[in-house]
Amino acid sequence: MDRRGFLLGGAALGCSLAASPFMTPVALASGPWDNRLVIIVLRGAMDGLDAVRPLGDPDYAALRPTLNDGKALALGDFWGLHPGLSDLMPLWQAGQMGVMHAVSTPYRDGRSHFDGQDILEAGSLQINGGAGGWLNRMMSVVPGMTAETAYALGQENMAILQGPAPHLRWAPEAKFDLSPQMRRLLELTLHDDAMFRDAALQAVSIADSLATEAMAAEGDDLDIMMAPAKPGSEANLAQFAAARLREDTRIASFSVNGWDTHQAQANSLPKTLQRLSQTILTLRDGLGPVWDKTAVLCMTEFGRTARENGTRGTDHGTGGAMIYAGGALRGGQVVGRWPGLAEADLFERRDLMPTGDVRAAAGWVMQDLFGLTATQVQQIVFPGLDLGNAPGFLL
Amino acid sequence: MTFDPIIAATRFGTGLSPVIEPPWDAESMLGKLGGPDQAAALMPIAGFEATTPTLAFIGALNKADREARGTDGEAAAKEAIRQKNRELSDVSRHNTLSTLARCVTAQDGLRERLTLFWADHFTVIGRGFNQRHLVTPYIADAIRPHVAGRFADMVKAVVMHPMMLLYLEQTRSLGPSSPQGLKSGRGLNENLARELLELHLIGVGGGYDQTDVTQMAELLTGLSYNAVHGVTYRAQQAEPGAEVVMGRRYSADSALATITSALEDIAIRPETAAHISRKLAVHFVSDTPDPDLIASMSRAFVDSGGDLLAVTGAMLQHPAAWSPVRAKVRQPFTFIAAGLRALGVRADRIMPLGNGQFKRHLTDPLRLMGQPFEQPVGPDGWAEEPAAWITPQGLAGRISWAVASPAEFVDTLPDPRKFVQTAVGPTAPPELIFAADAAESLADGVALVLTSPAFQRI
Repeated sequence: MDRRGFLLGGAALGCSLAASPFMTPVALASGPWDNRLVIIVLRGAMDGLDAVRPLGDPDYAALRPTLNDGKALALGDFWGLHPGLSDLMPLWQAGQMGVMHAVSTPYRDGRSHFDGQDILEAGSLQINGGAGGWLNRMMSVVPGMTAETAYALGQENMAILQGPAPHLRWAPEAKFDLSPQMRRLLELTLHDDAMFRDAALQAVSIADSLATEAMAAEGDDLDIMMAPAKPGSEANLAQFAAARLREDTRIASFSVNGWDTHQAQANSLPKTLQRLSQTILTLRDGLGPVWDKTAVLCMTEFGRTARENGTRGTDHGTGGAMIYAGGALRGGQVVGRWPGLAEADLFERRDLMPTGDVRAAAGWVMQDLFGLTATQVQQIVFPGLDLGNAPGFLL
Repeated sequence: MTFDPIIAATRFGTGLSPVIEPPWDAESMLGKLGGPDQAAALMPIAGFEATTPTLAFIGALNKADREARGTDGEAAAKEAIRQKNRELSDVSRHNTLSTLARCVTAQDGLRERLTLFWADHFTVIGRGFNQRHLVTPYIADAIRPHVAGRFADMVKAVVMHPMMLLYLEQTRSLGPSSPQGLKSGRGLNENLARELLELHLIGVGGGYDQTDVTQMAELLTGLSYNAVHGVTYRAQQAEPGAEVVMGRRYSADSALATITSALEDIAIRPETAAHISRKLAVHFVSDTPDPDLIASMSRAFVDSGGDLLAVTGAMLQHPAAWSPVRAKVRQPFTFIAAGLRALGVRADRIMPLGNGQFKRHLTDPLRLMGQPFEQPVGPDGWAEEPAAWITPQGLAGRISWAVASPAEFVDTLPDPRKFVQTAVGPTAPPELIFAADAAESLADGVALVLTSPAFQRI
């Protein structure tokens, strides 16, 4: 048998070229929703007490002798916004950005980044993050989901979206230019190994859809006006996410890292907060009219100690803040029940006491924007969660 | 399930090669590992002390640069910074290429894999461009000399190394009740103590709690580093009183010996033995290793007082290590190394790579494959699960590298039909043999072999 014959008569290896998914674009149907959800995981534990400062709390100033630098932007008469987030003030004023304070995951006492992120992404104390994430379980309760519906972006592992429900993962800088013959042969060599085959299929389908868009976008003013972001940066991820969310994608998740400010926090945190601000603004700009249907939740694994440490930083703590944005939520406010910072009010006399669960916040968004039932949220997405009262940020 | 030379070279080595024979039995592997480190002698990597520019020099340059702003000396100070940056990137390139060349040409591939494993176990990430070139020197100092030695010696070398003291911020920790702590109002930084218990020694679920972390942090006080004085122990920074970690009381003496003897003690605890054995088995054999394999390694660990040659030996002598199921996938760095090794690439084709080629054929592809060199996200290092690596963009990165880069390292690419046997061995699947023959070009044929599950799974 010559090589062409072998290939075209691919039945010998159990796959017919006519039906080759490497050769025909995978159909990308839209999800069953119109609203969009973006989950940004802030890895490293954001200091919520510095990002959104409780200036009106009588104990705050004493706990933060150097970090309370008097430069916060007033958010009403109690709260102050870290100057690193000042780019988000217009969003705050437009009611498109807000904060839920004194929140946490159910993780207590361990104060390990990895366990904390594991629980944040698994959405449960009982489930191991390696067994899949809560965004994935959210998709599993809704029929008609396709891979294109949800995207994990960037070169980092996003456990939050892992699991049996279909989803895509991509780093925008990946390229994939292969000859048709190379594609055929790769299909052959990867065919019998599901992990390799599925990864390659997704790569081909994403690369093809991007190539098609790039051609279609030539001369498109919107795309030309958007300055290209630095490869690999969060703004680049946000740009890519916005482009997908304008189309068929409904859920996107990626990370913004750099929050582990054990020392000299006043030097490092502003830069990270500025990167987060730019990420949110890039999403807003890229989403255009779809921004009004979008909820962005920025979640971190835990907060940091109420007291500044000996090195002008903060150590691993418990309660923190969740920054949210998007036209589908009611911003311009700090929601949540404030527990106070008196020593007796702190968790273990060291951390901000969590009065709310970030999972409940996400659970209410799922009910409000995606039509999940409370039962689905409390039993499947976040098993064992008590949703409690609706947070004040729903429209 | 018995010794197999192909598995020995792939699962426990850096891959098959047309010019280097695979190991012929486990004893010879252990014999080489217990013998002299020939690769380090042939392709030297300077340690922290011998690496320039030093942190002290960089600090002085940065200070001079700040002070020169707005003065006549500004341009000269800026040029000095640029020159320093060129030197830093030269050091990084040399170290990265040397690490790669050792893997590609190793007679003792097990030593290279163990070095990568232990460097990952004791992950240090350089904070910023000014420190990144010092990670490979850290590995050369604290990790590599001990991969066949006592675990406790490796732990002590790591904890006493400037790069670990900087990375996990021991340099920022003071006993709050120590003379200096009382005077300055500064206190503990628990970072190193926590990771020692959680990642390096006992492991999550090993039975320690927050009190043990705090006690461990107090125990470590006094130990510090700065660029001018180097690694120091200062009794006036040490928290007074004896510390109790996991039920064991350590000396109240404010002395370095208190720290080293506590580390010695925790390093040979049975919890540590189990944690280390499991981690080795997960890295080399399977994400869900045979419990008997872990038990056998743990026994060797405890019986030998943490002799890593004995622990590695127990792994190689256990039948589960030779399972024909290839449960692991090469991580990106070892994927590239094994690819070049299969091509018979020589060290003198790797070491002279200039900046552009270095970036194009090594560092950028590694980033895309998900493993930027020596830059994992956190102190827990790289993921073990194959699914974390074989993602759409991760695999796209591997395929793109396999198509474009091998030709940069050899004069002529091999005949793909022969290359299948060289790279994968005699058990190559028929569809791979067919595809290698059917490729349109040598580059595509070589790429098909390198991207095949048969090559990537070990």
